[in-house]
Order: sequence, then structure tokens, then C-alpha cells
Amino acid sequence: MFAFLVQRFIVLVATLVFASLAVFAVLEILPGNAAQTMLGASATPEAVAALAHKLGLDQPFATRYAAWILGALHGDFGQSYAYNSPIRDLIAQRLAVSAPLALLSMAIAAAMALVAGVYAAERRGRPGDAAVMAASQVGLSIPNFWLAIVLVLLFAVHWRIAPAGGFPGWSDPGRAFAALILPAISLGVVQAAILTRVTRSALLEALNEDFIRTARAKGLSRRATLWRHALPNAMTPILTIMGLQFANLIAGAIVVENVFVLPGLGRLIVQSIANRDALVVEDCVLLLAAFVIALNFVVDLACAAIDPRLRSRAA
Amino acid sequence: MLLDIDNLAIDLPSPDGPRRVVYDVSYSLEAGESLGVVGESGSGKTMSALALMGLLPEGAAVSGALRFEGEDVTRFGEAEMQKLRGDRIAMIFQEPMTALNPLHRIGAQVAEPLILHRGLPKAKAWAEAVKLLDRVKLRDPERMAHAYPFALSGGERQRAMIAMALSCGPKLIIADEPTTALDVTVQARILDLLATLGAQSNMAMLLVSHDLAVIARHCRRVLVMYGGTIMESGPVDAVLRNALHPYTRALLEARPRHGAPRGERLRAIAGSAPPASAKPTGCPFAGRCPMTIDACRVTPLPTVELEHGHRVRCLRVDAEGRLK
Amino acid sequence: MSAVVGKTRGRFSASLTLGLALVALLLAAAALSLVWTPYPPGAIDIPHKLLTPSAAHWLGTDALGRDVVSEILAGARVSILVGVIAVGIGLVFGVLLGLLAAAAKGIVEDAIMKLCDFTFAFPALLSAIMLTATYGAGVVNAIVAIGIYNVPIFAKLTRATANGVLAREFTLAARAAGRGPIAIAFDHVLPNIAPQLIVQATIQFAIAILAEAALSYLGLGAQPPQASWGRMLSDAQNWMYVAPRLAVFPGLAVALSVLGLNLLGDGLRDALDPRLRARR
Repeated sequence: MFAFLVQRFIVLVATLVFASLAVFAVLEILPGNAAQTMLGASATPEAVAALAHKLGLDQPFATRYAAWILGALHGDFGQSYAYNSPIRDLIAQRLAVSAPLALLSMAIAAAMALVAGVYAAERRGRPGDAAVMAASQVGLSIPNFWLAIVLVLLFAVHWRIAPAGGFPGWSDPGRAFAALILPAISLGVVQAAILTRVTRSALLEALNEDFIRTARAKGLSRRATLWRHALPNAMTPILTIMGLQFANLIAGAIVVENVFVLPGLGRLIVQSIANRDALVVEDCVLLLAAFVIALNFVVDLACAAIDPRLRSRAA
Repeated sequence: MLLDIDNLAIDLPSPDGPRRVVYDVSYSLEAGESLGVVGESGSGKTMSALALMGLLPEGAAVSGALRFEGEDVTRFGEAEMQKLRGDRIAMIFQEPMTALNPLHRIGAQVAEPLILHRGLPKAKAWAEAVKLLDRVKLRDPERMAHAYPFALSGGERQRAMIAMALSCGPKLIIADEPTTALDVTVQARILDLLATLGAQSNMAMLLVSHDLAVIARHCRRVLVMYGGTIMESGPVDAVLRNALHPYTRALLEARPRHGAPRGERLRAIAGSAPPASAKPTGCPFAGRCPMTIDACRVTPLPTVELEHGHRVRCLRVDAEGRLK
Repeated sequence: MSAVVGKTRGRFSASLTLGLALVALLLAAAALSLVWTPYPPGAIDIPHKLLTPSAAHWLGTDALGRDVVSEILAGARVSILVGVIAVGIGLVFGVLLGLLAAAAKGIVEDAIMKLCDFTFAFPALLSAIMLTATYGAGVVNAIVAIGIYNVPIFAKLTRATANGVLAREFTLAARAAGRGPIAIAFDHVLPNIAPQLIVQATIQFAIAILAEAALSYLGLGAQPPQASWGRMLSDAQNWMYVAPRLAVFPGLAVALSVLGLNLLGDGLRDALDPRLRARR
């Protein structure tokens, strides 16, 4: 068990290091480039060089990387050029919107997928199953930001029962949730479509196993067998895919936040690109990648908690 | 009479319509008796066993009467069957390696029928489970109960399965090839265990196997099945020592002989088993049988009664057990 | 999905037929737009802005007077361009990498696979955002980002299926007969993994279209006057209260194209799966 945890943790750290290197490499590969983009194409070379020197951009790659990482580990993410405030504060503010949004979306997706996946697996080969599969096929073909726009059209423009965008802050939790519900649905529906298929196929595979026959021979009903014996065995692939999908959820959230003008991380990233605020983009991207990696680590732990075979050998 | 099967027939759905995989099967079983069902794959032996549990595949149609303790279970609804399964009739299967849920502890799985059928609280059921694991001669039953299936060997898992089957004290245990997947050395011990436990609680056993030796050692009576129906049946000694049906004889001859000279070829039965058809006619062994005559293919199988309950279903065997 | 629906005529399941139809529609739209559109794409005509659908403009006009039908047809071009090149990049480099991993085995194989796993933390959109932040917005960056994201997917698939093929007897026989690894790769491995690659390619194509639409929506993809469905959606959002219909058509175009490709992928998977074929 211990060996398993240690091994997984090492992979986690290695992945984080690699991700940070990748982000840094892509964004800082042209040393003067950050200064160039900040000042714009019309800036004189001298101005660019001066700014580059001021920001320490003319130092060697390794030094800049080390400085950035060490700063990040201390909670110092640098200063935003455009907002002229510590990036850490900016990120913290924006996280207060993005994190609940992501969680709410995942929760909606998981709930829908569980219900639909179990329903489809129980009725395999019958019309109910075909209907769920058709619906999920459509669901995962819809761009989430288009669904968002359509939802806004229906619920905000036409029926006027939900806000079309913006975020009123957490002081009024009711209104805050109301602002998050349409975005969460647009993100959640697409994820639900994918997860429904995964749930269904994982369940069908589990239902094919010999121990299901044993459970029935003991006198368990079909329903009890599915929930107590089949579903736990299906959880490992389901959770794993959920973890992998989280990266896509985050990417989707970036776009959806822009549809609903939510002051989250996604909107910060897009605005910073427009503002040519390279450091903000760097920090945000790293943070998002770190979340995804950390979440997958948690998923690994969860799978090991469910399946004793995973913890006995350091798989 | 514990079990009375009368004219059992089972149809399974197929792309070309229903196929009759079991037909014309009648036998009975007394309390505490052990009956072996021997036959090759496709003979219908497993299907007939599953029919008793109501665990046939989706779309299967059963006809005839299956009377268990006087009640015809073919008329039972799903809820009534669930009460029966694991409580009064238990079943153990062929693959112990995959028959246990890998995510639940052994103790929990053995205790599950007790919680389900006897309403025992978890702690009591667990304690009972440990006692059952001891009864099936697993070493250190406390530790076994806390273990997960992957930590156990095949033989140990099968013992756990037996413990699970015995938990509610069933009147009948159906064992479908319980030792086929195990090492030879382990096989004998598992079967002896089953026999002992059966005798202890006056539990009847239906032992399904393709292995004549296994049946010979552990059963009082035997049914020989082929092509979905019974070819020969009776007390084990009578059937094996004085096999009259050509199929049974071929089976006996096909066994490797002790002390045979090196290089002697095994006497296989030529041809292969027929696929199930919608309406079986005549004898399924016709054609493969060395004694086939034209009438064999069309005449419905007779039942020739010999002494001591030894029955043969062959056109060419007369009432004295001689070839016609 | 076709296995569930059940009705098949030979290998042409409902999925496959519908998928082929939709994809054909997509390709036809793009091809048509190269030679003819009702109005020149990108032709601004302010006096006729925000018109409702009519005989002159079948789907109406947008805020700058551009004919919606023409924009949609032209937008198909960008979607297909991005899809084809991005998937192409992924296929070529991914397959090479995967073959290398399967052939090399050992540490090389493990290293390559671990590398691929790392990249899954960066969905196409995030990589595209990073590239755009560095090199500026545009279709090329979008293509490159999506393409790079495709490489590990094809690499993993290639390696997994190639391993399966390499383990089978006929490749062992080929090696025993003295054939070199490259010959084996081309003669034996590729033909056997081709079906899965084709299926995955259609799926990745669909994902590429979605990613391109998202990037264009954010203003990071195709730039005006190049027509793109994503950008049309972004423009339409500004006029939601006045002309909500503008948001429907580009999104529908994306959804139908993606649906068509997904159905095609599903249908191909069932048609090309030798086990399912045997059952028919």
C-alpha cells in the first residue's frame, strides 16, 4: 500500500515538473517575445530591450525557469502587467468563480451519467438503451459554448428566468448559484454524454462477469446485483475517464466563462491574451494543468480505495 | 421426494428461431441423495441445472414440471425464485477464480446470503461466516474472512464458494463442474469435502460433470445426457459396470486405460455432437453410434426399465438388457 | 451504436449511412463554396444588415450585412482545413512514434508512452491558447496546436494495436523469413492497424472541428475576413436580443458536422471490426 502511494506521488511530482517545463518552454521560448508582445509591434527595439532587461527576460532559460517555479512555490506568481496587481490576488478572485463552476458541472455530469448509464445498461438492446445512446451521441456532438448560447437565448432572452451573464459575487449565494447554473449545465451536458457511454459500457462489462451469476444464485435481485456487485466494479474505468475528462471540462469552462461573462480564470486568460499580459497567461495555464494532474492523482487514489487489487501491487 | 422433474424441455432463442437444447428429461431426487449428471459440452446438463435455479439466459422458455419440495418452480415469479435461491437451493460454479466479487471481502460474500435470507445483522452474519469458513476446512478462518479473493488460491476460493452455498443450510446443492478448473490433487479434496458436508446435513447434491471418475466416486446415481436428453440412468455401479447404452459404453471406453501399452491410441467417439434443432426427432446419437439403424433417426426414444432403477433409452436394447 | 440499433443491411448500419450522409454534406458545402456561394463570403453590406430569412437571403444576413448562407458555406472550408491538417499531423507523427515505441520496446517504449500521458493534461484548447499567447492568433497556430495534441493519441493507439499485431504468428514468421523491420511495418503492421486508425481519425477530426470552433469563438482562430463558424457565433452573441436566429445556424453547422463524423466513426468501427463482421 505504501509502495503504491509513494510510486503514484513520484509520478505526480514528475508530471507537474514536466508540465511546468512545457508551459514555460512554449511561452518563453523567445526571450524578448514577452516584452515585444507587451509593447506591441510598433515598439522600438531599444524599448523592447529595456523592458526585457527590466523584467529579467534576458537571463538564461534555466535561471528564469527556476525563478518562476520558486516564486510560484512561495505563492508569488509575479505581477500582472495589465492590471498592475499581484497575479496571486487576481487568480484567487477568479478561482472563487471557476472552481465552483467546475465542481458544479462535474456534479451535474456525474449525476446525469449515472442515471442514464444504469438505465441504458439495464435495458440493453431494447429501445430505452437505443434512445440513451442516440441522445448521448447528439450530446457529445454539440459544442458546449453553442449550447450555452442557446440556453441563454431560451432562459434569459426568451423566458427571462435566468441571468444572461455576469456574476453578482458570493455575498448572495442564491443569486450566485443562479448565475452559475446555466454555465454548469452547458458544460455538464456534454460531459454527461461522454460519461453516460463510459458508464454503460463499464457496467455491461461488469455484468458479464462470473461473480454476477454467483450473486444471482445467492438470491439477489437484478437491481441489487447491479448496484452492489456490478457498479463498484465498473467504478474504476468510470472514475479514470472522469479524471481524464476533467482537462476537457476546464478547457470548455474557458470558453463558457466567456459566453456568460463570468469573472473566472478562463476569462482572465482570454483577456490577458488580448492585453498581452504573458505572465498571467503562463501562471493560469500552469495552475490549470496542475489542477488536472492533481485531480488525476486523486482519482488514482480513489480507484485504489475501491479496488484492493490495485493497492497490493504497485501497479 | 425432494426434487421431481417431469418432462423438462428448454428452448433457447437463436437468430434462426428457438432451439430445443433440453427435452424429455425426467428424474427425481430424494433428500440427502447425490445424483451425478454426466455428459459432454452441449449435452444440456448445465442448462437443466440452471433451470432449477431459474437462471436461464434471457428469452429461454421452459416447459414441463420442476417440483421442488412439492412446489412447481416453473410457476414461480422472480420474487419467489429469489427467496429460493441461496436459501433452499444453492449452486456452485466451475470457475472459482472469477466467481467471487474481487472488491468484497470473503467474509462479506459468505455472509451475504445470511443477511439476505435470514435477516441477520452484519456482525452476527460475519461471525457465522467465519464458522462456515472453518467448516470448509480453511486455515485461519478469521484471517480468511478479512481477505480479498485475489489473495486466495483456486482451491481456497472454491471452499469459500462452498461455504457461501451452505450458509443457509440448503436442501439441495447443485455443483456445476466444481473441480474442473482446479488441480487434480485439489479436486479430490474438494469433492470429499462436499460429500462429507452433504452427509452431515442431509443435503442432496446434484453433481454435474463431464468426468466419469468424479461421478463414480461421489454419487449414488447417475444420469448420462447427450444431445439434450437422457441416454441412460440408474445406480452408479449398475450403469458404469454394466453400461448398456452405446453412448455410455463409448464414454467408458474413451477413458485412458491404466497400464495400457505405450502408444495405444485413445478410443475417441467419431464425429461430433449435433447442434440443437427446433424439433429433435429420434435419437441424437444416431449416426455417431456404431449400432445405428434406420429406425434410430425417426423413432422417439423409448425408456427400457431394467432392475434396480437402471433405465436405458435405446431402440436396440431389450427388456433383459440385451442387444436386439 | 449500430450494434444497439440492430438494423443493419450488410455492413451499412444506420450510424454509417447517416454519418456518411452528413460528412458528405460537409465536404460538399466546402467544395461548393470554392466555386460558388449566393454572395461573396465576407462581402460587407451594411444597408442590408440583420435581415430575416427571405428569398434573397435564405438564412438572412448578419450584423455587417454578410449573407449567412455564404458565410456558413465558406466556414466549412476552415473547419475541414483545420481538421484535415491537424489530424494529418497527428497521424503521421503519431503513427511513427507509436511504431517506434512498439518496435523498440523496453525503456524507449515506456518513455514515449509516459511522454504521451503527460500531454493529456493539456487539452487542445489550452495548448492553442499558449501558442496564441506566444505567436499571435491565427489559423496556423490553431492547426499546429490541435495537431500536436493529436500526436500522442495516435501514438498510443498505434503502439497498442501494433503490439497486438507484432505478437501474432505471422509477423514472427516474417521475421524468421528475414524481413526487415521497415518491411514488416509496412506490409504487416500498418494494414492491420489501419482500420482502428481510420476510426480514430474520424473521431479526432470531429474533435478538431470543435476545437477550431472554440478557438475562433474566442477570437484566437481564423481571423476576419476568413469566415469561420466559431467567429460567427461570437458575433451573433452581440445581437442575441435583436436577432437570436443568428446564433442558431453556425452552431447547428458545427453540431451536424461533428455528429456526422462521430456517427461515421462508430459505423466504421462496427463495419471494420472483423469479429462483428463474422457474426453477420
